[in-house]
Amino acid sequence: MWCRNNLAITGEKTSIDTFMPKTQTAPQSVTLRHGWLTRLWHWLNALCLIILLMSGLTIFNAHPRLYWGDSGNVHEPAWAAVASGPDNAYVRIGTTIIPSTGVIGHWRDDAGRVQNWAFPSWATIPGYYDLAAGRRWHLFVAWFFSIGLALYMLGALFNGHIKRGLHMGRKDWHPRTLWSSVKRHAKGQFTHEESGQIYNPLQKLSYIAIIFIALPLMIATGLAMSPQLNAAWGWLPEIFGGRQSARSVHFITAFSLTAFTILHVVLVLVSRPIWLMKAMTFGVKRQNIEAAP
Amino acid sequence: MNRNTKASAPQITRRALLGSAAIGVGALLSGCDQLSGNSTFREILRSGEDANFAVQRSLASRKALATEFPESAISDIFPANGTRYPPLPAYSAIAERGFAGWPLLVDGLVENQLELNLEQVRQMPAQTQITRHDCVEGWSAIGKWTGVRLSHLLDMAKLKKSARYLVFHCADTLGGIPYYESIDLIDAFHPQTIIAWNLNDEPLPIGNGAPLRLRVERQLGYKHAKYLVRIEAVDSLKRIYGGKGGYWEDVADYEWYGGI
Repeated sequence: MWCRNNLAITGEKTSIDTFMPKTQTAPQSVTLRHGWLTRLWHWLNALCLIILLMSGLTIFNAHPRLYWGDSGNVHEPAWAAVASGPDNAYVRIGTTIIPSTGVIGHWRDDAGRVQNWAFPSWATIPGYYDLAAGRRWHLFVAWFFSIGLALYMLGALFNGHIKRGLHMGRKDWHPRTLWSSVKRHAKGQFTHEESGQIYNPLQKLSYIAIIFIALPLMIATGLAMSPQLNAAWGWLPEIFGGRQSARSVHFITAFSLTAFTILHVVLVLVSRPIWLMKAMTFGVKRQNIEAAP
Repeated sequence: MNRNTKASAPQITRRALLGSAAIGVGALLSGCDQLSGNSTFREILRSGEDANFAVQRSLASRKALATEFPESAISDIFPANGTRYPPLPAYSAIAERGFAGWPLLVDGLVENQLELNLEQVRQMPAQTQITRHDCVEGWSAIGKWTGVRLSHLLDMAKLKKSARYLVFHCADTLGGIPYYESIDLIDAFHPQTIIAWNLNDEPLPIGNGAPLRLRVERQLGYKHAKYLVRIEAVDSLKRIYGGKGGYWEDVADYEWYGGI
């Protein structure tokens, strides 16, 4: 999410001048837009993540239990599991048991039949249980996701977007700045003209965490589950404590990304959804901006 | 500062945005299901698997070894999946005799056809490895396998130049259809690819493929054919059963290459 309000337009030269090329025609008319690379990657990545999540849930349905270590199967303890039967279902995380409310593990399909797959058809690709098809979607889209991420990281590094937009300066790390950013978010104030920066510190931290930690972690833990790659790179699953641990981290990170995406969308909707959607899709050109007196 | 953006986009409202997003997601979902059922699209998706195969094979050297584990890592119970007891009467009959005289035929594109039995196979040079078995469903188990290297059998049988794949015919059927699997020669000659007769120092339990099964350690579990009776060298998989190289490949469109 890129807050238009972050752009402090004062008529003075600011750190985001490069982000907004000066226009010759009218001083109050400027071009504000995300770079083409950011816009292209953002939507490609969004599409990939939706398909990867939903096809991943199909794969998870084949064995809805999570383990730590190298090995893990029905005869070994799971730290998280969906258990389902003809009458009910529950989710167990550690020793906490959460009864299902008709969504997880016990739900009715369009024909009204009870289904016991962990995730219901509306959450999976395909919308019926087909492990082979789920794996095909997943492993096909994973290529676009991985190459897209790699190109975006390189591009953002070289075009200065990371330095300009995401770099956490000393001021950003100052507890007072962070705390004030938290307070402003809590109050529903997503404007911070005073900063003169593209993103506020909380945005920077979350985007850094997503782009440089969570998304690469999805790729690494995904590859760590491949038996052929395990032969080539035996160290890869061991980084995570074994193949089943890698599978658990893959799932936890996927849900963290889902939570981030929901928060991201909610914040867009409560701030300036139309403007932000345009900014992220077409860029936003020639906003009439009246300089503050 | 007053930045009036409403004027520039009067036709889009928040509600319309949410509504179209919901429609978009709905269209995506039903679209995915239609695409999943479309054979051309399935082939496009499958190209991702071809890419995986090519890249993985180039990343891992031909002889790259699957990780081996210490005795302490062995799973207490090794799960049985797929066929747990082959339904053929002939199988129960030979099982009652302790699999005495169980046949293993090596034929097809070979110079010397081998007609072996279990006793002869068990006399061959044995190799033991403690490896992790990864099921396509997502679970793993660690077991200690003892058997003869497949390459030893292949050296005895001498593959013809035209041989490209090995087909593993099994004594079990699932849903009335014979189980079979196949691998290429890279995996066939891999030093950890064995025809196993022991699991955890005991003869294979029936649920795990007694008396002989394939271990092809760099691939997923469904590739590890159980209840092995025949190894056939072929130049193409097209003419074998459904033509996709394995039971699950034919029946449920699983990938022939089970390395990921």
